[in-house]
Amino acid sequence: MTLTCYVNGVLRTFDVTPDEYLADTLRRNGFFSVREGCNESACGACTVLLDDKPVLSCSILSAKAEGKHITTVDGIQDEAKKLSHCFAEEGADQCGYCNVGFALTVYSLKKHNKNATDEEIKEYIVGNLCRCTGYQSQLKAIKAYLKGE
Amino acid sequence: MRKNLKVVNNKTHSLDGEALMMGRKSYSDDYAEPNSLVCKMLRSPHAFARIKNIDTSKAEALNGVKCVLTYKNVPHVAMSRAGQGDPAPSPMDKFILDEYVRFVGDEVACVAAINERIAEEALKLIEVEYEVYKPVLDFEKAYENETVIHPEDGIKQAFEMGFDPKKNVAASYDMEVGNVEKVLKECDVVIEHTVKTQAQAHGMLEPHVSNARLDEHNRLVIYTSTQTPFHVRRIMSRTLGLPLNKIRIIKPRVGGGFGGKQQFHCEFFVALVTLKTGLPAKMQYTRQEVFASSYTRHPMKISMKIGASKDGRIKAIDCHTLSDTGAYGEHALTVFMIVGSKVLPLYNKVDAVRFGGRVLYTNKVPAGAYRGYGAIQGNYGLETAIDKLAEALHMDPIELRLKNSMKEKETSPIFEIMGEGTKGTAMIMESCKLDYCIKRGAELIDWYKKYPVKDMGNNKVRSVGMAIAMQGSGIPFMDMGAATIKLNDDGTYMLTVGATDIGQGSDTVMAQIVAEELMTTVDKITIYSSDTDLTPFDVGAYASSTTYVSGNAAWKTAIKMRERLIKEAAKVLEAHTYDVEFDGVKFTTKDKEITLKDLAHRLTYVKDMQQISVTESYFGHVSPPPFMSAYAEVEFDKETYEFKVIEYVAVVDCGTTINPMLARGQVEGGLVQGLGMAAYEDVLYNSNGKMLSDSFLYYHLPTTKEVNKITVEFADSYEETGPFGAKSVGEIGIDTPPAVIANAVYNAFGVRITSLPITPEKIMKAVKEKNK
Repeated sequence: MTLTCYVNGVLRTFDVTPDEYLADTLRRNGFFSVREGCNESACGACTVLLDDKPVLSCSILSAKAEGKHITTVDGIQDEAKKLSHCFAEEGADQCGYCNVGFALTVYSLKKHNKNATDEEIKEYIVGNLCRCTGYQSQLKAIKAYLKGE
Repeated sequence: MRKNLKVVNNKTHSLDGEALMMGRKSYSDDYAEPNSLVCKMLRSPHAFARIKNIDTSKAEALNGVKCVLTYKNVPHVAMSRAGQGDPAPSPMDKFILDEYVRFVGDEVACVAAINERIAEEALKLIEVEYEVYKPVLDFEKAYENETVIHPEDGIKQAFEMGFDPKKNVAASYDMEVGNVEKVLKECDVVIEHTVKTQAQAHGMLEPHVSNARLDEHNRLVIYTSTQTPFHVRRIMSRTLGLPLNKIRIIKPRVGGGFGGKQQFHCEFFVALVTLKTGLPAKMQYTRQEVFASSYTRHPMKISMKIGASKDGRIKAIDCHTLSDTGAYGEHALTVFMIVGSKVLPLYNKVDAVRFGGRVLYTNKVPAGAYRGYGAIQGNYGLETAIDKLAEALHMDPIELRLKNSMKEKETSPIFEIMGEGTKGTAMIMESCKLDYCIKRGAELIDWYKKYPVKDMGNNKVRSVGMAIAMQGSGIPFMDMGAATIKLNDDGTYMLTVGATDIGQGSDTVMAQIVAEELMTTVDKITIYSSDTDLTPFDVGAYASSTTYVSGNAAWKTAIKMRERLIKEAAKVLEAHTYDVEFDGVKFTTKDKEITLKDLAHRLTYVKDMQQISVTESYFGHVSPPPFMSAYAEVEFDKETYEFKVIEYVAVVDCGTTINPMLARGQVEGGLVQGLGMAAYEDVLYNSNGKMLSDSFLYYHLPTTKEVNKITVEFADSYEETGPFGAKSVGEIGIDTPPAVIANAVYNAFGVRITSLPITPEKIMKAVKEKNK
């Protein structure tokens, strides 16, 4: 079947099978920024925005994206760069496999609740697993990013 | 001690952080050929069985299937997948594929097809007839069990390690200094304490993944998420009978390792599929496979007996350990020995010390390398026993530790006796600020105001617990790393290292070391690492070796490059080398100067043209341990016994921190991973040996919610043998949480939880038992 949707603002058509998930469709078509960590909607690495809301692309059927707007980190490069600067300042970079998922989730938080409290931040990113950092430096970096501008 | 450091020990951003956040193509799977065959594995449904018949004809006939691998059509060479040095310090008890399957999830057959759907379809068409055996699932019953897990011929040990497969023994080891029995008899106080540790999953975010293709010279090129590219090349060459120079292993960015990627996973299968079909192939484990078909931490049973005089001098430590290596013996001996060698020297003033026991096979997911590597298990045993001893002596646990623990310029006989599967190396602790770490940690947590417990009045109590730890810095006379620095024609440098960045930031650290020595900034250093064609050798990222061993190699190379540049500049300036000053930008004598940029240009295009390139190697003669103290304040609910860590304090002596932020990240990340083992994570099996906790939904990694305040400080310390005074910091952070939390539970309720993870249920049960 054919899927027609917007990826980072560009109208695209993809050949997909009815049982295919969005993460696979995107990676198969060269959107390597979508990282696959678990394929069971449990780690947050594959986060993309679907009509502006963070979703786990490993668990959304591609067909469900018909006519919708998908944003990968490629579509928010300026924001990702800003967040990466905050991560670097706090030493929050390690393996980086979870970073893209964090970028999209935190970008969404910034749009919807820029003044989030510490507890709200923790709650918002609770679905984004990181095995490297212990979250301390990431939380500091995210706070700095939300404060920015 | 070096003063005025400008790059080392200064804030430096991680070199690859921005590109990774922006989602650049970075990890192994991003580099798979777009038309790669997809490899999928048929796995054993039985904990122990022999394949009587396997019929792959229907699978092979399926349109789109290009290749099916079984034990019948792959090389049959005994090897160890452990990814260690040579000779292998782990039993060579594994074949690429075998007629025996030894755990639920073990490899039966590999299918390669044009897409994932067809590969999965083909797996269902493979007909296997098994002869099913009774499995051994309890390692305490494995020794001389009627079920022999490795009855096959051809398996072996590269040197004597107590390998006795007919008795289900993968390795065994015993040592004694002095006469433990005799000294224990003379002690005023003797305590006994036994703990059990569970298996732990690595839980790195990037699953195991590899891909292969043949290049224009018909060589096998593999991108793989590994910690040990050079070991992968050697072991693959020997096992496949392929000349080493026909194999190229490239490690791009790695999405976390923690020991989990020291060993082989997908590499043999993509290699064989590509060699057999000529087509590119890729394989990525599902998360379920990462859990149930890779490997875990070794579960152990550790029995401690400690004797002391009544004034609190620890006189004898006796440690007997049983370790469960699961179906294969990867890292069986070496992890086991670390339980003794990187734990017991903490209390070095003993008259006698004994360590020994066995590592046993079971029909469970194999155990293997995992950050901490025996030290976390041993630490839980020893450091909870020390608290028990303090109580028996009516002594403050801090005072007992200060009195008996390792001090600077001291040693332990254990260092010389116990090494990496073999004899060790004697060494004096030239840098050991453990005393400072203990005292400073107590201040930071405000121990004496909080110890042992405080009732908060709201049905909650808060207690404190503590422990100390040590690790190593590489394996002396065994781990080698090398670096090459090449001068570019604009005066910038190309640094190539074998050292393997798996996310810990070693590329950044290596570039900092070189930039410091060459008096420049990291942006002038381009680093490329871990490509067996293009970079010099390195054993890889394990044994806390990278900063110390590979860092020393990078430093040595930079020193040589500096000397070489001064020599070349002296020729141009017509001066003696000792009259030439170099400040990183220009070379000056009394009356002349030339910039590095001009020199580099001249050497490339103008006169005496040559490529300036320097290579140096390093192997350690010692393995200076980092030390640390750890303290936690824990709040418990008095009714439900649920708890949370209010604050965790770590004071670490890792010598100079080359990159203070990344070093802190290593400690914080290690602490939280250790906290996972202490309180949340448990690998569970059903009674048939099938892993139940094979998903992030059932295996609880700590999230932002479990993490509160973590305070990490570094002691002012300088290790003379380390690069700019550095020791390692990658593993030590993980070692303390099990002991610290267990000690805090005791201080809250007077019960010792002797198995991990420490759950509210276990505390409740123990408290009820105590109150009977």
